[in-house]
Amino acid sequence: MYDRKTVRRRRAVLLLLVASSLILVTASFGDGLRSIERGALEVFGPIQEGASRVLEPFRDAAGWVGDTLDAKGELEDLRKERDELRRRLVAERGALEENKELRAQLKMNERLGFAKQGAVVARVYVRSPTVWYSTITIDKGSSDGVREGDPVVNGAGLVGIIRRVAGGSAQVLLITDGNWGVQARINESRRVAGIVQTAVGDPNDLRFEPSGSDDRVREGQTVVTAGSTSAKYPSRFPPDIPIGRVTRVDEDEGTVHVRPFADLRGLEYVEVLTEPDL
Amino acid sequence: MSRPAHLGVRLALLALATVLVQTAALSQLSLLGATPDVAPLVVASVGLLAGALAGAVMGFGVGLLVDIALLQTLGITSLVYVIVGHWSGRIGESVRDPQTAALPLAAGALGTFVALTVFSLLQFLLGVEAPVSFELVRQIISTVLINTLLALPVHALVRRVLGGAVEDRRRRRRRARPGLSPLIQP
Repeated sequence: MYDRKTVRRRRAVLLLLVASSLILVTASFGDGLRSIERGALEVFGPIQEGASRVLEPFRDAAGWVGDTLDAKGELEDLRKERDELRRRLVAERGALEENKELRAQLKMNERLGFAKQGAVVARVYVRSPTVWYSTITIDKGSSDGVREGDPVVNGAGLVGIIRRVAGGSAQVLLITDGNWGVQARINESRRVAGIVQTAVGDPNDLRFEPSGSDDRVREGQTVVTAGSTSAKYPSRFPPDIPIGRVTRVDEDEGTVHVRPFADLRGLEYVEVLTEPDL
Repeated sequence: MSRPAHLGVRLALLALATVLVQTAALSQLSLLGATPDVAPLVVASVGLLAGALAGAVMGFGVGLLVDIALLQTLGITSLVYVIVGHWSGRIGESVRDPQTAALPLAAGALGTFVALTVFSLLQFLLGVEAPVSFELVRQIISTVLINTLLALPVHALVRRVLGGAVEDRRRRRRRARPGLSPLIQP
């Protein structure tokens, strides 16, 4: 169908494209392309934000259809969760009146007040479409005091960490990213500490690997940031930021499954802690 | 403007629009627990309509823009989409009737599946340390299903955008192989 010259030219172009891709992949693992990444964030940021605003009505309409379909199934689950939370709330309120230890815990929670840690509220305008690169881009950057490594939270708990910063925007690495991890501990048994990592592909399933304690981890316990750091996972997370709730304990693998408190697929606004209490 | 230059301009604009719409709008939608991803659909449609070479070039361009826009490891998505664009072009060139509606449906589903699977395999090869959840398989299947539903409208849109810049393959094939039709045998 094609003459030999056309076939040769087509193969040469294909080879060139594949080779270019492989060269780019190799170069991306050094720091050589970081300036290009920053430049891309500067250029693409405003364009993407503008497009995000323009396309918001269409997105909302499509989201409404999907939400309506999902809502029926979620209603029953949410009712059960509400009843469970109400029961727990009543029990915990009663205990608070009598238990000094819980009063001390309450004071500690108040000390966590994010407003005192230079919290900057940001709007999410880009989400990574794949389950491998779980990132979002927000509309606050270095001009708002945001720096690389700053913790990102929302009302429910830990969301991620600032990965790249430009003047008016920043990219957040979510806690569901495969290369992410944070020092954490069980809130109810403060001696149980370890590292929380993600299970790639499932944004509702984090893995907590406890170490150095004989205390058992139980379902329903809360996992919070430890406030410490390691060489492998350096971070600036303050202690006691809620991460998630233990859903299953796998005794054989020594792994604890944790469901994150933050709904990472539905993020619209987040807070960046620009002056975290370490 | 010559036909290749005309096609190049249209492909460049189409690639830019695809990445903007995907990152700014579609990536924030969730259907059946997955996110629609029109980028492999557009690349596959360009391959079908404009040939393997244009498909591969479009795949490289769209992949590069996606990697830049999402600050991913540069080159990975380009490599994946080059494969999708080239092979959809080869499929389009080898079938007897490239105008059949089943072709964009099949190319969209297959292209999405190949893109997601190869992307995941490359991630493994590049050394992701985290354990992998079975949920990833469900996500891939859901995305393939959603993209299959979107394949026909996306293909129609791409055909409209490219318009006269691509040669009508059905006419070209009939000119090239007149003996294939039993109706015009001597």
